[in-house]
Amino acid sequence: MNSFAEPRKWEKLFWPVVACALFLALWHFLVIWSATKVFPSPLAVERGIAELFRKALLWRYIGDSLRRVALGFGAAVLLGIPVGLTLGWYPAINRVINPVFQILRPISPIAWIPVSIILFGVGDKTAVFLIFLCAFFPIVVSCVDGVSNVPLMYRRAGRNFGLAPAQLLSRVVFPAALPQIIIGLRIALGVAWLVVVAAEMIAVDSGLGYLVIDARNSGKRYDLVVAAMLLIGVIGLVLDLLFRGIRNFKSVRWGFRNES
Amino acid sequence: MNKLSAQRVSMQFSRDGKTTNVLRDVNLEVAPGEFLCLLGPSGCGKSTLLSIIAGFLSPSAGAVKIDGEAVTGPDPRRIFVFQERGVFPWLTVAGNIAFGLSKLSRTDREQRIAHYVKLVGLEGFEKAYPAELSGGMKQRVEVARALAVNPDMLFLDEPFGALDSITRLTMRRELLRIWEAERNTVIFVTHDIDEAVQLADRVAVMSDRPATIQQVVNIDIPHPRDISSARYLELRDGIFRQLGLAHKV
Repeated sequence: MNSFAEPRKWEKLFWPVVACALFLALWHFLVIWSATKVFPSPLAVERGIAELFRKALLWRYIGDSLRRVALGFGAAVLLGIPVGLTLGWYPAINRVINPVFQILRPISPIAWIPVSIILFGVGDKTAVFLIFLCAFFPIVVSCVDGVSNVPLMYRRAGRNFGLAPAQLLSRVVFPAALPQIIIGLRIALGVAWLVVVAAEMIAVDSGLGYLVIDARNSGKRYDLVVAAMLLIGVIGLVLDLLFRGIRNFKSVRWGFRNES
Repeated sequence: MNKLSAQRVSMQFSRDGKTTNVLRDVNLEVAPGEFLCLLGPSGCGKSTLLSIIAGFLSPSAGAVKIDGEAVTGPDPRRIFVFQERGVFPWLTVAGNIAFGLSKLSRTDREQRIAHYVKLVGLEGFEKAYPAELSGGMKQRVEVARALAVNPDMLFLDEPFGALDSITRLTMRRELLRIWEAERNTVIFVTHDIDEAVQLADRVAVMSDRPATIQQVVNIDIPHPRDISSARYLELRDGIFRQLGLAHKV
């Protein structure tokens, strides 16, 4: 197999599976060799997941985490895209607002936890608010960039065909900026999935982040801690894969030509 | 009456406190149904002049009138065809051609699309996206999108500049065929002397910056033109000399 050859279909799946198997084997033997009493082996983790399933916690926790992400991320999309398009469309407003954004943006959502607990109390609302915060800024920034990078030619062509400003925005500027907006949404979703774990450790008593902290605190169940970590990783991968699928729609595919 | 008249059009750009004069006192008249080429060296300001005529820029001084009315902005009766990549990549061939047709009924629109797809020879590619097309095909889509709104003027800004020389020759022939069928008034910007002499009724030769129109040459050869005929070579060489170019490489 040389590096120029297009890998065959089975190879695309086969080798990553081999790599995962090797990783699990390495983990398994490292646990045995080191004779650790604390760190669980893959089999112990598997039994931990089965236990969660029996107690009907597995799907409940996954569902709770996904629901919080869906609410926070959804709110960030609904608010962030219009705000971002507006700021991109009116550079004068953007110049005024941008410094405020640039100050708020680097603040880790974790730092917002005390403030959001004051605002929303301990509970779901705080978790959702933190996810909203962390997803909102990347979405706004990608919309602003997307709109200001729309080639002058497209705007001129749109005006030439007699489009009013609102139509120009919806029929030319938005579709032209969409690939870049999608990149921002994907980054935002990745960050949201990171933040939900942190938020659930502090603000709520369900979800995968809660599972990590609860399993450790109530009886040092490291098999459950690692089980939660693995679940977080796998679900994060699936979310990202779903999002990557969006790029294959032909009306945005043109914007991702140079990426795999 | 003239279709278009530009009177003493001047244009200057200011950047970092430095002023560049791009156009100085350009006067131009174009008759209805005429094919006029604006010819000049790269960067001389011919695209700027075309953008002013199309209403995308307003001149620093002077005015452009079309059908006796001053141009104040772009207008769907006059469509600009861009150098390259002016087609919308998020729309199919049919979607691009239909772009200016949203006011038509569905059946009228379908008919119009079918007609112009056929005219530019893209049958079978209606559902293809621009990324799947060659450069020449994309340029055809853009021409079709422009023609579909029945404009009475077409402005083409070096439309075939990015194409290979064989495709360029084919596209010129296609453009002439379409123009003979539709009879729009065409203003075509190019820096290619042969292209100008092959296509135009008249060639307006522009000087270097600040650009003025040095001379307007009548190309009195009927189409289809024999590009090895004595008259063709004579006109071409005349323009070569006009631009101050030596004829030997």
